[in-house]
Amino acid sequence: MHELSLLENVREILEDHAQSQKFSKVSRVTLEIGKLSCIEPEALRFGFDVVMKGSLAEGAELIITELNGLGRCQQCGQNTVMEVLYDPCSHCGRPLTVVQGMEMKIKDLVVI
Amino acid sequence: MCGICGCGSPEQKQSHKFVFKREHHHHHDELDTGRLIQLEQDLLSKNNTYATQNREYFKQHNIFVLNLVSSPGAGKTTLLVETIKALNGQFPIAVIEGDQQTEHDADRIRATGTPALQINTGRACHLEALGIGQALIELGVKDNSLLAIENVGNLVCPSSFDLGEAHKVVVLSVTEGDDKPLKYPDMFYAADVMLINKTDLLPYVDFDVERCIGYAKQVNPEIQIICLSSTKGDNFSAWTDWLSEQMQLLS
Repeated sequence: MHELSLLENVREILEDHAQSQKFSKVSRVTLEIGKLSCIEPEALRFGFDVVMKGSLAEGAELIITELNGLGRCQQCGQNTVMEVLYDPCSHCGRPLTVVQGMEMKIKDLVVI
Repeated sequence: MCGICGCGSPEQKQSHKFVFKREHHHHHDELDTGRLIQLEQDLLSKNNTYATQNREYFKQHNIFVLNLVSSPGAGKTTLLVETIKALNGQFPIAVIEGDQQTEHDADRIRATGTPALQINTGRACHLEALGIGQALIELGVKDNSLLAIENVGNLVCPSSFDLGEAHKVVVLSVTEGDDKPLKYPDMFYAADVMLINKTDLLPYVDFDVERCIGYAKQVNPEIQIICLSSTKGDNFSAWTDWLSEQMQLLS
């Protein structure tokens, strides 16, 4: 359940930005999570309210945007949508290099 | 006025909640009362900053660092104890042990005369870079040494947290399923060395080494693999030779 640790990181990042960008409350947090990252969006949703309680993001809305996995074949140069990290190239069957899907980012915030 | 659909403008009386999905409506409402800040910041950015600091420290002090990961019971601590014995003081070694509770593993390392520090992570299921930075100071790791970090036994969470190591070494024992690389691909993708441990037990278990290697290479074509037995010493020198080579490359 490292999602709780990650949410604690989110809270710390928000607190840092509150000082530098001068805001006192966060009303919405948008996260961008790649489908190949080992993060379970449901677990983030489950823990979000608990971790943000008592912080400047208490009661904030959480939006999670999921990004599809995408790999590029080093042999034939074509892109393939990846469901798992070991999906091969759909054109020639060779291993893929992940180009999208490992993201775990705070995309944006709505602050007051 | 909404920048997406234009609703709320004097000309457009129709509320967009009838036209657009709820998410859009909500999004629009909040921007009326707040300020949007584009962050594009990695969730792990804090940990990554600490990991980068650790890596710089290791480089300055010529310390070769391994992050050992596995499921519980794969034999990481025994591997370390036998590694320390086999290397027999060729170069200084220090160990950081991560477990949710107890000093047991650090005690086992200290019994060999090697300095070890136990980090109890409590409810956390992995080590983080900040804790390693603090442990380095407390442990007083010598220059030109090998630092082995034994992570919490867990094949999921530690894969995301860079500690500043040179290599993630994943240990898989033959008493586990040979399809673990496919079941837990994140870890085998993040690691660059895999040790298949407890090979002395192969006659008694249904573990296909070649199939396991095939699965691991499917997830990570570049992964280096060594099969060994820590307790019986089978092929153990392949591992200690690799360590000695890495230490020589360092100096």
